[in-house]
Amino acid sequence: MHATETFPPPLLALAGFSKSFAGFKALDRVDFSLRAGEIHALLGENGAGKSTLIKAMTGVVQRDAGSLRLDGVEIAPRSAEEAVRAGIATVYQEVNLAPNLSVAQNLFLGRQPTRFGLVREGEMRRRARALLSEFGLAIDVSAPLESYSVAVQHIVAIARAVDQSARVLILDEPTASLDAHEVEVLFAVMRQLSARGIGIVFVTHFLDQVYAICDRITVLRNGRLAGSAPVDELPRLDLVRLMLGRELSEATSRRPPASEGEAPADVARFRGVGKAGTIAPFDLTLRAGHVVGLAGLLGSGRTETVRLVFGADRADCGAVEVAGRAVSIGSPREAMALGFGYCPEERKTEGIVAELTVRENIALALQARRGALSPLSRREQDALAAKFIGLLDIRPPDPERPVGLLSGGNQQKVLLARWLATAPRLLILDEPTRGIDVGAHAEIIGLIRDLCREGMALLVVSSELEELVTYADEVVVLRDRAHVARLSGAEIEVSTILATIADAPASLAAA
Amino acid sequence: MIRSLSRLSPVLATAAVFLAGFVVCSLIYPNFASLRVVMNLLTDNAFLVIVAVGMTFVIISGGIDLSVGSVIGFTTVFLALAIERWGVPPLAAFVLILVICAAFGAGMGAIIQYFELPPFIVTLAGMFLARGVSFLLSTESLPITADLYAHLSDHAFRFDGGARLTVPAMIMLVVVVGGMVLLHLTRFGANVYALGGSRTATGLMGINVARTTVLIYTLSSVLAGLAGIVFSLYTSSGYSLSAVGVELDAIAAVVIGGTLLSGGYGFIFGSFLGVMIQGLIQTYISFDGMLSSWWAKIATGLLLFAFIAFQQLTLHLARRSRRAPAGVHP
Repeated sequence: MHATETFPPPLLALAGFSKSFAGFKALDRVDFSLRAGEIHALLGENGAGKSTLIKAMTGVVQRDAGSLRLDGVEIAPRSAEEAVRAGIATVYQEVNLAPNLSVAQNLFLGRQPTRFGLVREGEMRRRARALLSEFGLAIDVSAPLESYSVAVQHIVAIARAVDQSARVLILDEPTASLDAHEVEVLFAVMRQLSARGIGIVFVTHFLDQVYAICDRITVLRNGRLAGSAPVDELPRLDLVRLMLGRELSEATSRRPPASEGEAPADVARFRGVGKAGTIAPFDLTLRAGHVVGLAGLLGSGRTETVRLVFGADRADCGAVEVAGRAVSIGSPREAMALGFGYCPEERKTEGIVAELTVRENIALALQARRGALSPLSRREQDALAAKFIGLLDIRPPDPERPVGLLSGGNQQKVLLARWLATAPRLLILDEPTRGIDVGAHAEIIGLIRDLCREGMALLVVSSELEELVTYADEVVVLRDRAHVARLSGAEIEVSTILATIADAPASLAAA
Repeated sequence: MIRSLSRLSPVLATAAVFLAGFVVCSLIYPNFASLRVVMNLLTDNAFLVIVAVGMTFVIISGGIDLSVGSVIGFTTVFLALAIERWGVPPLAAFVLILVICAAFGAGMGAIIQYFELPPFIVTLAGMFLARGVSFLLSTESLPITADLYAHLSDHAFRFDGGARLTVPAMIMLVVVVGGMVLLHLTRFGANVYALGGSRTATGLMGINVARTTVLIYTLSSVLAGLAGIVFSLYTSSGYSLSAVGVELDAIAAVVIGGTLLSGGYGFIFGSFLGVMIQGLIQTYISFDGMLSSWWAKIATGLLLFAFIAFQQLTLHLARRSRRAPAGVHP
């Protein structure tokens, strides 16, 4: 035992957790401890390692290194089932219950009271009502689960977990789809469980909720422990800095502002464009040779903005002008016809086709634009692939290699090449440096600058603020699904962006 | 209360269609409304109901079993050969074929589970396999003359007016009741529904998904074997071409009975009614005497369309009403 360990000893203690996926370090020697009765926020941006940490401690994925102790006893669950038996239960954002079964069946599935092999329906319902009443829920337990709101479904999932003698309860973004009132109901349940001595790990990206209910905060960033502190010792600005910022002392080389003299031509202008419940109406002007960065926390409305710009979602108000002409963008197809390109954040699921070769992946978007009736000849494809492999330095330089076998950085370049092949006037990049190794970061950033110099308009979503400030001409800061500030010139500083992001209202307006 | 009624609405609709059809037939043909017609409906469709009960389990769990028709054909050929050529006592042959069917179903379930293959493909392979093996055994229609067969086909509860509740019908009713108990009142039944609701979630809730899947396909094949026994009792013969396409009749009956083809919802009793509706159409055609029997297929096809449309409509309405705030009482 370490003599320095706090008293009382932690309920759950993780030390030196590491996990790599295909060479990419998703978790790098992370420590984490949870006390009995504590509500502990686990925070971090997308890709910070939160999900991997949760999966590694519940046996859904196997850790490469590290120890896990529950009540001082070393445990090594090999599946979610074993973790539950050991006393660690997880409730995911997506409720993992059977929606078609009754509430009572869901609470007791696999352990229903039986007599002569038959389920004692009445007894089961009675127990279900008793169990849910502990959580302040008086509902018809014989109705199917799906007939209730997501909040109720979450509470049912929590009740099931706790009833299976959980000591540690992990709540993975339970509030993402709840309204303010439902969040309060959930919080009441959490407080009650913590009073019973259950340790709760609370994953969320709503900072207001963290300050409303948590005792302690642990922040992950890029697979590493960024910091851990009691909630009253970590003011909001410091928290945001922990989540987004690296060493602020790091010198950042600002890009020289684009030739000030002549005003560059507007490529696209968005006036009052928005969608109810998704993103508040915003103005956005994208100019040739300019980079506009979108900064904000996860869930602040960055991706939503981009989806409206690219027509993946339909705006319900506002006007769009492209090259001085009023247009309406109703679908990605129309956006592509206007010369827009979009590299999504989820490379694996939305971007590359892993089984196809580098050549085929690069040719995809151009082919789609030309239509199936005028196929690109093999010679054109080869020329295209050779050109971009050379231009973007894709490695290995083999056009016939399946993209799935390339590293993350090179996959990202293939995706970029695909859009560059269509010679877009506006290219949208969603987290272009996510999940790729540090060396490749610099290359991608270099590419972004080159594209700009060639007169392309760029709209970049990034959580890497240090990177954003080096290439953006303008940074739009988002918070709570609205554009709250537009920074340009000398205002583009990591500290300014952080302060703008952190300045959130104290209300509990979650959803 | 209203909620549980709305869950039953597909079955109630099927029951209404059956009753309406029966009334219409009775108005056209006064002889129709008799106990005798009802009893014949039960006997003539006994094997199909038994298969449909197994199919209901499979479909509710989110799967499909295309092999059942072939399993029936194989069973009849196997029984004919075992009893007539190999001299196996009929009861022993029954036990033997049920064990073979159980192994066959368990094998398909295991392949579906452990190789993560779609049930459609695996049971399609099982369908060809079982049909092929029955051709291998014999391509002729083989009569079964054992005493037990004569005795069993003679044995029946007799009612006034010549109505008879035959052994096949009795076996079928026992299977229906047994299936209802198993599906609606046991842990296994709840697991079957859970699988159809969400396979991933069921696993995360600590249910043994592999065991449940294997058991479901075992059950379906055993019931297909039992249907084969009933079929051979009914026809007193074994023929490798018997029950071709019965899997599709069974699937149609299950869907008409209100079970969702995508899994998660359904009732055994609905499948029973689904078969009875198909039987009713057949009976009407034989009463008419002029209509081609293909009209039965056409009517079944139209009914299927109507019921699928009805299901989508009720699902849609249910989802819409769910948007209304559900009860949180802090």
